[in-house]
Amino acid sequence: MTSDANPQLQEKGGPVIEAQGLVRRFGKLVAVSDLSLHVAAGEIYGLIGPDGAGKTTTIRMLTGLMALDGGVARVSGEDASNVGVREQLGYMPQQYALYGDLSVDENLTFFGRLFGLNRAERERRKDRLLEITRLAPFRKRRADQLSGGMYKKLALACALLHQPVALVLDEPSNGVDPVSRRELWELIYEFVSDGMAVLLSTPDMDEAARCHRVGLLHHGKLLAEGAPDALTRRFHHETLMVRTANRDALEDLLVGREEVLALSPEGAELRLVLRRGSTQALLAWAETQVGALHWEPSKPAFEDVFLGLLADPQSCSEPAATELSGGAQ
Amino acid sequence: MSLDEHVIEVRDLSRKFGAFTAVDAVNFDVRRSEIFGYLGANGAGKSTTIRMLCGLLAPTTGHATVAGKDIARDPVGVKRSIGYMSQRFSLYLDLTVQENLQFFAGAYGIGGKKQRVAVDAALERAQLQDSRNVITKSLPGGVRQRLALASALIHKPVILFLDEPTAGVSPDSRRDFWRMIRGLAREGTTLFVTTHHLDEAEYCDRIGLMVDGKLVALGTPPELKREHVAGAMFALADTDHRALRAALAGDARVLQIQPFGRRVHLRVDAALGTPVDIQSMLTGRGVAFGEIQRIEPTLEDVFLELVGGAS
Repeated sequence: MTSDANPQLQEKGGPVIEAQGLVRRFGKLVAVSDLSLHVAAGEIYGLIGPDGAGKTTTIRMLTGLMALDGGVARVSGEDASNVGVREQLGYMPQQYALYGDLSVDENLTFFGRLFGLNRAERERRKDRLLEITRLAPFRKRRADQLSGGMYKKLALACALLHQPVALVLDEPSNGVDPVSRRELWELIYEFVSDGMAVLLSTPDMDEAARCHRVGLLHHGKLLAEGAPDALTRRFHHETLMVRTANRDALEDLLVGREEVLALSPEGAELRLVLRRGSTQALLAWAETQVGALHWEPSKPAFEDVFLGLLADPQSCSEPAATELSGGAQ
Repeated sequence: MSLDEHVIEVRDLSRKFGAFTAVDAVNFDVRRSEIFGYLGANGAGKSTTIRMLCGLLAPTTGHATVAGKDIARDPVGVKRSIGYMSQRFSLYLDLTVQENLQFFAGAYGIGGKKQRVAVDAALERAQLQDSRNVITKSLPGGVRQRLALASALIHKPVILFLDEPTAGVSPDSRRDFWRMIRGLAREGTTLFVTTHHLDEAEYCDRIGLMVDGKLVALGTPPELKREHVAGAMFALADTDHRALRAALAGDARVLQIQPFGRRVHLRVDAALGTPVDIQSMLTGRGVAFGEIQRIEPTLEDVFLELVGGAS
């Protein structure tokens, strides 16, 4: 496992969101196993991983909605299962239940009351959130008549009304179109720039690359952690683009082979992530099967890194210098 | 059958709901074996188009043929020729894998020996031979998705409509899914796909982009990037987007500034083509920045350029 030191932690006196040795079982299945992570003020931390890796279970434990079988979950230093934590925490689950037959305005009022805000304070915060989410022109519209993107923004506004120090989002842009998704991210960056800590899960690697740090969960364990840029820089397998007269035949030939960590077509070419040191031999063999190939190295994208890490958890650990010089083609 | 054959032809297709025009005089063709991506914001008219092309909704004006059948005059013929799968695809979760396939085969009038053959072929396609008696509910998301795909293909449709088939699915499952899609295209099936994952749209042979009911762009992913994203793009490491925005406020050469984790993506006038140009533009403006790299636009940049609304 790899990790980046986070200088903000020392400065700000402790993480806002903190998991220490989290464990959760469902019957015999260990959904989350000895998981530790932290999110600092002003930081966006992305939980990524295959379907069923334990992302939502982790989020539920950190938001105090699910009991732990082991470990500690804290928000602002307080145990996540304490009711008081709700004051510190904004949470947007995958399926967010707003009141469809209430208006935008009425939904915000409802959640404001839930948190015991007095009328003046509630109205002040409502106005500000409606302005920055650009929902102000739609105050009177019923929630069930909003588009998917606007509904998500209203859900986010409701989750932020009590001005939490930590915001937790479970797949925030699932089903949201790219324009609304970028707006949602602009919003998240605004709050984070003001010091909020954000923990989110996402199946989208472009979205993951927008986080300050990511943690890759697999079978309930944290396989790797770090800034997307740093993980990409440390990724020491080989990414390349291959040109061939018959891309499909090459794909069929290579799919499932042990050296191949990932492959996908890009236009007429095939993008490959191969185990370090395997490129020459593999492609020389492939040429005998499907004819001439032209290849050149390519910079790994974060999705290449993700897929590489699933195949080889050591993909981003610092390799020994001898290994590096010996493996490059 | 020739590969140039059009299996979908859309001519001035429009659909109104009262005074609202959901689809506005749309024209395009889709060739046999093509993977055609149909993109647009929520509410741009994608679903209305798909409902018309699936024979579920009559057009107000204009016409379209799907697998040679007119969508208005022969909607039943259209429905027999197509398959449909969406993110909300309703498999029966309390039925086994095999029972689901039998159900869908029956719904398409496939019975007896033909049904056994079709179900076996579907099980093989989805690599679920060993799970035929498993209750669908207990399958992981990615496997369930393969079953949904196999169900949509049980009657061997000429065209398969995929409506956000991979929403909420992780990259490894998505790649497997797209490998199956490419296999289908190679065997001659035509794929009509909507998605909000624009990295996934890169896998499409051609893309049509809808804005407010109109088709505003049509082409291969490289064509769209060339034609619709002006200027040059750079990634600036370790840069604060607010500070950069403040430093570059009012500079007409700046087309877009977008935060991206610890980086910022900056799009500028094409005259500034190298990292050195950017460096000199920023020097003396009081903003800290790290390494500068030229990057290529993505389909998301195309999308945001054409759909607008991005700040």
